[in-house]
Amino acid sequence: MACISPDGKPTESGIKMLRALQSGLGLPEEISKNAGLPLFRVRSGLRELTQAGLAIEKDAKYELTEEGAKLIG
Amino acid sequence: MEEVRERVISLPRLGEPAPAFEVVTTHGVLKLEDFKGSWLILFSHPADFTPVCTTEFIAFTEIYPELQKRGVELLGLSVDSVSSHIAWVRNVEEKTKVKIPFPIIADLNKEVSLAYGMIHPGQSKTETVRCVFIIDPNQIIRTILYYPLTTGRNMDEILRIVDALQTTDKHAVATPANWRSGDPVVVPPPNTQEMAEERLKQGYECIDWYLCKKKL
Repeated sequence: MACISPDGKPTESGIKMLRALQSGLGLPEEISKNAGLPLFRVRSGLRELTQAGLAIEKDAKYELTEEGAKLIG
Repeated sequence: MEEVRERVISLPRLGEPAPAFEVVTTHGVLKLEDFKGSWLILFSHPADFTPVCTTEFIAFTEIYPELQKRGVELLGLSVDSVSSHIAWVRNVEEKTKVKIPFPIIADLNKEVSLAYGMIHPGQSKTETVRCVFIIDPNQIIRTILYYPLTTGRNMDEILRIVDALQTTDKHAVATPANWRSGDPVVVPPPNTQEMAEERLKQGYECIDWYLCKKKL
């Protein structure tokens, strides 16, 4: 996993994405811009964060779950 | 062996959708659709820790900033494991100070290699040859290049092709032999006699009605 390490903690790029999600619902393109990560990395990272229960998708936009918000304080 | 030969017949072709994939890479699990909206250069190399491939990876890394300016992502592939890829890119960084910034597919089960016709049994039954697939933002294959195991790729040519394809898409023109960005482009040939006659009055640089160039 690129965003979540095997011990369940977010990686550096995972934290960047979680922080980019802090501002509310966002499209992958917006998250890519905010996190400074390539769009392909954001799309695959969002899949991981969603599977890990740290982000949720609503109409192609993403936002943090409570658990995701806790991880970055 | 027979299966490889059978699959090679159904090579992807220019103008057709790139075969979809979901793969393990050095940057995590990626799908082809993750690259939608960007140009993508998918390229294969025979094996990690080999000399020609190492020079190519350094060369691809050198042109990566130029590719990014053009909205192009890079995605490498070989049939080595992700651990081998990680060890190799770390070794390249340690020995040459060049950090490979793009993902590399670990195609251990050869799923992508076979779907894209990257294994040429006449060259090697187990390794991928040096393929380059240039895929557009709509995930259509726009260029395919094959190089033998012994010949490293030319990065200038790869950049030149990207420039040519993007110029063609933007301006509806073609590009002549040895064209470089900024050179005159070829105006599409006229379809009717009337258009051919008009063409010669339009101020293009024409050899004849069917070969006219213009500056962009």
